[in-house]
Amino acid sequence: MSKKQKVIIHNGMEIKKSTGDKIFDVINALVLIALCFVTLYPMWYVLCASFTENSYLVANQGVLFWPHGFTTGSYKMAFEHPLILSGYKNILIVLGVSLPLNIFMTLFCGYFLACKGMMWKKPIMFMIMFTMFFGGGMIPAYLNIRDLGLYNSLWALILPGMISVYNSIICRTAIESVPESLKESAYIDGANDLIIVFKIILPLIMPTIAVLLLYYGVGHWNAWFNASIYLQDNELLPIQNIMRSILIANSNILNASAAENDQVNEFAESIKYATIILTTVPVLCIYPYLQKYFVKGVMVGAVKG
Amino acid sequence: MTVNPVKPTPVYKEEPFLKRLVLDFQKHKYKYLLILPIIIYLILFCYKPMYGLVIAFKNYRPTRGIWNSKWVGFMWFETFFNDPYFWRLLRNTFSISGLSILFGFPAPILLALLLNEVHNDKFKRTVQTITYMPYFISLVVTCSLLKIYTMENGLFPAIMEFFGGTRQNLLASPKYFYPIYILSDIWQGIGWNSIIYLAALSGIDQEQYEAAKIDGANRLQQVLHITLPGLMPTITILFILRMGNILNVGYEKILLLYNPSTYEVADVLSTYTYRTGLENQQYSLSTAVGLFNTMVNVCFLLITNYISKKTTESGLF
Repeated sequence: MSKKQKVIIHNGMEIKKSTGDKIFDVINALVLIALCFVTLYPMWYVLCASFTENSYLVANQGVLFWPHGFTTGSYKMAFEHPLILSGYKNILIVLGVSLPLNIFMTLFCGYFLACKGMMWKKPIMFMIMFTMFFGGGMIPAYLNIRDLGLYNSLWALILPGMISVYNSIICRTAIESVPESLKESAYIDGANDLIIVFKIILPLIMPTIAVLLLYYGVGHWNAWFNASIYLQDNELLPIQNIMRSILIANSNILNASAAENDQVNEFAESIKYATIILTTVPVLCIYPYLQKYFVKGVMVGAVKG
Repeated sequence: MTVNPVKPTPVYKEEPFLKRLVLDFQKHKYKYLLILPIIIYLILFCYKPMYGLVIAFKNYRPTRGIWNSKWVGFMWFETFFNDPYFWRLLRNTFSISGLSILFGFPAPILLALLLNEVHNDKFKRTVQTITYMPYFISLVVTCSLLKIYTMENGLFPAIMEFFGGTRQNLLASPKYFYPIYILSDIWQGIGWNSIIYLAALSGIDQEQYEAAKIDGANRLQQVLHITLPGLMPTITILFILRMGNILNVGYEKILLLYNPSTYEVADVLSTYTYRTGLENQQYSLSTAVGLFNTMVNVCFLLITNYISKKTTESGLF
């Protein structure tokens, strides 16, 4: 709905709003504001709790509108704890290796799907699409990882998630919107497909690449299940799994490996909130900048899925 | 999913098949080179596990490997169907999935309709940005927060006490598992899932609204007769996709939220697969359960697609 059209509707036709309409508008706005509150409050609560004294948190759970007392001790603790640090290190390694792989594989797959005239296109396309509807499932995948010798290594988090068919379809649609004539003139100038992909297609679909980076990045950053079944050593676990241990399983994984148990106990509650903030805020800072591109990705996925 | 028809050039067509194959490879060698790593990936991480499904029909022993384990036919399926938990698992899976569809599916449509009625662009965009946020929060964090809020001295029991209930740990009581699961699902997905409906709404011809206004239609009538019909194709496709996943309940979330005291309502096929397979190492039985789950999903996808094609002439394939 563009602005222009609305002006015409409102001024040109001189439509007066009835009382019922006004009441509806107010209620509508209130409902949406309530929804925003329900969405934001939990994160605000976590932020407040991360600065609050541990003893207060133990006694009162769940309701905080402002930090009670103010301490940054939990953050200091989080930055010093070996397991939390190794959690961040591991997920950064996974991201660093995964994202380039993800992007190039998706780009290649999208390019192949967007090209026409190959004799093998149909069978290959079927082979790719089939995996969207049917798969081996949890146990065969697990046994496969063991067979390939990836068990208890970070590669088990990187390789199985190397490409998502859904994202490849998003990429294909972006590539299809690049004018065919650009490709043809490049062919005439003697360029091969590799040069076309990297020198022509890639620079032109940068917005899509940015969204794909976000999707893959958030996917890896938030994943915990594969790490929980493919990894054995605590030192290899990414940060989400460390959080799961301390927040959900209530295990004393932190105490076990920390040199000074007292210090951990002193911040046992607030350190949970500090880790939540440290892992969630980076993602929440990025997505609003890419928001306008989301529509494209979602549309493509649903219509062509 | 239509495939663009391949039109071989006339020179191509006259050649024998093998010669065409060679010519095709020569002409498109770089395209095949680009797709090669993806094919290798698919074989290693998608099709090899599919071959691994045969252990559902074998008595798999890790020391023997998949190939050398003995065939047992449908024994594991029979074991599973006679399992005292079979009906409980099926009931729970369908309940959680059905409730998710019943409440979770219309929620983003409703949000999109409400946002569509907002004429202040800045307010609309702010609401959108905020409601997208939970989608980017990890399940571990969401479930941790749920756990904190539902503890005996947490926020939700406090609210319930205020309205005359008794304080208790909500996650330990089977009664509250579904509401917690469904509501948090809506919380996490409502904004993100509304994107597609908002996009469809912006594609509706504005002149229709003007014409309706001139004819004296009020806002509700406009929504019922213009907006909703305009959304129908999108709703249909998303509904088919959702039905194809009817037994794919969010097991990662259930694994994070459930505990033995709520198994009665929360244990579903995929969490059972997880426990029998990865905790008790009954690989074959667990694979059979997983395969059963997948097959039911595929059936549902095909059935919904068929019905949708018959009635609305729009479908996936």
